[in-house]
Amino acid sequence: MKKIVMNVEEIERSLTRIAYEILEKNRGAESLILIGIRTGGVFLASRLRDRISAIEKREIPFGILDVTFYRDDVATLHKKPKPGRTDIPFSIDQKKVVLVDDVLFTGRTIRAAMDALIDFGRPKMIQLAVLVDRGHRELPICPDYVGLNLPSSLWEKVNVHLSEHIGKDEVVIEEEG
Amino acid sequence: MKLRHKDILGMKELSPEEIHLILDTADSFSEVSTRDIKKVPTLRGKTVINLFYEASTRTRTSFEIAAKRLSADAVNISTSTSSVVKGETLIDTAKTLEAMNPDIVIIRHSASGAPHLIARLVRHSVINGGDGFHEHPTQSLLDMLTIRRKKGTLKGLNVAIIGDIAHSRVAHSNIYGLTKMGCRVTVCGPAPMIPRDIEKLGVAVSSDMEEAVRNRDIVMMLRIQFERHQASFPSIREYAKFYCLNRERLEMAKPDALVMHPGPINRGTEIAPDIADGVQSVILEQVTNGIAVRMALLYLLSGGSS
Amino acid sequence: MKRLLRGARIIDPSQGLDGLLDLLIEDGRIGMIGEKLKGGQEAIPVEEWDLTGKIVVPGLIDMHTHLREPGYEYKETIRTGCAAAAAGGFTAIAAMANTNPANDNRSVTEFILRKAREADIVRVYPVAAVSRGLEGRILTEFGDLKEAGAVAFSDDGKWVADSSLMRQALEYAASFGMPVISHCEDPYLTAGGSMNEGRMSTELGLRGIPPISEEIAVRRDIALAAYTGLPVHIAHVSAEGSVQAIREAKKAGVPVTAETAPHYFSLTEDFLAEYETAYKVNPPLRSAKDAEAVKGGLADGTIDVIASDHAPHSSIEKDVEFEYAACGMVGLETSLGLSMKLVKDRILSLGQLVEKMSINPARILRIPGGTLKTGAGADITVIDPGHCWKVRADAFRSRSRNSPFDGWALEGKARMTIVGGEIRHDET
Repeated sequence: MKKIVMNVEEIERSLTRIAYEILEKNRGAESLILIGIRTGGVFLASRLRDRISAIEKREIPFGILDVTFYRDDVATLHKKPKPGRTDIPFSIDQKKVVLVDDVLFTGRTIRAAMDALIDFGRPKMIQLAVLVDRGHRELPICPDYVGLNLPSSLWEKVNVHLSEHIGKDEVVIEEEG
Repeated sequence: MKLRHKDILGMKELSPEEIHLILDTADSFSEVSTRDIKKVPTLRGKTVINLFYEASTRTRTSFEIAAKRLSADAVNISTSTSSVVKGETLIDTAKTLEAMNPDIVIIRHSASGAPHLIARLVRHSVINGGDGFHEHPTQSLLDMLTIRRKKGTLKGLNVAIIGDIAHSRVAHSNIYGLTKMGCRVTVCGPAPMIPRDIEKLGVAVSSDMEEAVRNRDIVMMLRIQFERHQASFPSIREYAKFYCLNRERLEMAKPDALVMHPGPINRGTEIAPDIADGVQSVILEQVTNGIAVRMALLYLLSGGSS
Repeated sequence: MKRLLRGARIIDPSQGLDGLLDLLIEDGRIGMIGEKLKGGQEAIPVEEWDLTGKIVVPGLIDMHTHLREPGYEYKETIRTGCAAAAAGGFTAIAAMANTNPANDNRSVTEFILRKAREADIVRVYPVAAVSRGLEGRILTEFGDLKEAGAVAFSDDGKWVADSSLMRQALEYAASFGMPVISHCEDPYLTAGGSMNEGRMSTELGLRGIPPISEEIAVRRDIALAAYTGLPVHIAHVSAEGSVQAIREAKKAGVPVTAETAPHYFSLTEDFLAEYETAYKVNPPLRSAKDAEAVKGGLADGTIDVIASDHAPHSSIEKDVEFEYAACGMVGLETSLGLSMKLVKDRILSLGQLVEKMSINPARILRIPGGTLKTGAGADITVIDPGHCWKVRADAFRSRSRNSPFDGWALEGKARMTIVGGEIRHDET
């Protein structure tokens, strides 16, 4: 049983709102960096970057973070996840980093992302923007910017489909088959 | 996707899919070595042991750095001679180490088949760091990573491997690896250094260096160790005269041909100094890629049972 | 004491016998062979055995074994070697000289004979060294050694590379009526090698021993035999080129004889793919073509004898890196079983097998045996040709376990071994 909880317009409106919220909270784009967490957060971060750049009429530094090496389960997994490239071609020291991911669930991915960021440098602050927060946190992680709060059951799957990747924009919730 | 066996004993046993997996994984690890903090916590708490029966600073250091960059604990054991003549047998050493619960043991040994002897007996993973004249799989993998980065592909390239083919484990591993991935390989060296029936491994054979390098995309020079030979080659001078890669010979290859060497190089014997330091040489990149490949292997081999 | 063996198929090519017959043993000798013999009517007791379904042949003789005593008793002793021989169906074995000290003087020969007598299991015939210390430089005292009980001379383990010395050996041995057995390999071509040279050795990264190393040595020995007109016996033939050279020599009337070991027709170099040292032997296992040539040589009579080259080694010598492992495999307890496959595959008839494993060894070594003629010593091997069994190295009578045939399913086994009328091994 599959239900579409956000369609293309709703996603667009959320991203626009989040972009303004980021600028409001940070009083502009000074020292702002957007980093998308692979793979779900990358395109979202890119869209946010485009919006913020258009509003503030300036380039915002944009990076991609692969957290595979920092996962807390990677050493014991027999079948290793295939890591992708991390690409953060600038210093993050003293910057305000906004991590972007598609779905916030247990919080472990964000924990891994923060550990990775610390190895890159010492940001002034780290904020978190997610399109969907589906609850069931296992760690004390709290997002700063949320597109949709979506209560869900543990046996349901929440997927964000984006046109850059799959051809259309929608957020879908369905029971695990 | 994962590797099929618990050990990396040779290129012969790796499928093309596994090779791609290792190279792709290595690509991600390359970036770690460029950071300020060259460490990821992936193998935190794992124990990696380098068991080197043959002297080797290069390979051993590379494995050690790879392990440490993954936050593993790396231990080096060097013994200068092999077991039988002086004391503890290889099997006893291997079992002693196993009793200390390492996660991965890398072994380099002068006897072909030594890693296989151990891998059969122990639970943990074994990586062949070079055995006798048999194989040196991590060298071949880093060579292929280097080629893939520079040429964009491993398919359809023409490769010349030149030197003491009979006694080169690097040559053997590259023959298996490169032919498996779709390259055409020619081996070249003085006749006494070409092993019997090598053409049955799917390579062309030549003793004429000019013929071997003509129009090649890759020229891979091997290290000559005269001390290994039982009087089978007259002199370094004679070897260099006919088989040293100098400017004239390199110009017969393609203009963008890569010059490779597993190192350490004997300047003037295998490669002329200006070629070793020249723009076509990727020798140092091979070294850098070696760390990424070894990190990839340690990553892929570590891990509990499913 | 009389013993009557009833109902077996008796095969004795020395008398042209092959039929369902009874055999009577009297006082350790062959009494009579005939149909439906009666036990003696007198008061002398007769032990009767029903051997229906079995085959009775002249006691098998293994003319190439290493008993390791003196010097390497942890691998094998004369006693355990003899027990292994009896279990394998052999009533007599020849023991090579590369012991420690080497059998290059009469005291070692006498020691070996004494130990064999004490064990009292099978007959042991010492083969003394051609040269002192097997160094290939100075001849041993052939006459003295003959008196002490040696039956042949061989530097087995090494080739007598000095052609002048080998020529002298042939001449001097012939003057005492004794054979010379030659282990053929060119030491320079062999040096450092641990397996046959070819694709396999290239792939495994091991120095190879080219087959011509054996062939060159064989041809030299044949040339010396031709020139002197004196006999030479070629040990463990493994290569196609060697078989061909011997075939041509025999055709030309050169007095050469030859033997091969079961591993050369049962295995090839492909078995070495995993660096298992159980397959490491000298001469090495060769290609399939060589194995076929060896079988062909057995079939057409080029190769006269099947001899095991029983070479016990312990874990200390074998559980090490391949190139450091000792060469050799135990063979007394598997030789017959493996050779029976030649009969099954119609390469040899049973009669020819008996020639290769009993008649010819006796003839070449000039020792008694190889026949069931009336009056001959009652050395008899009882074979069950249909008995299916699994080789279990851990159950070997030999002290050593280095056999690549462990776990093999074989068909055909010696179930009883009788030496001088006495049962030395009984599985019935």
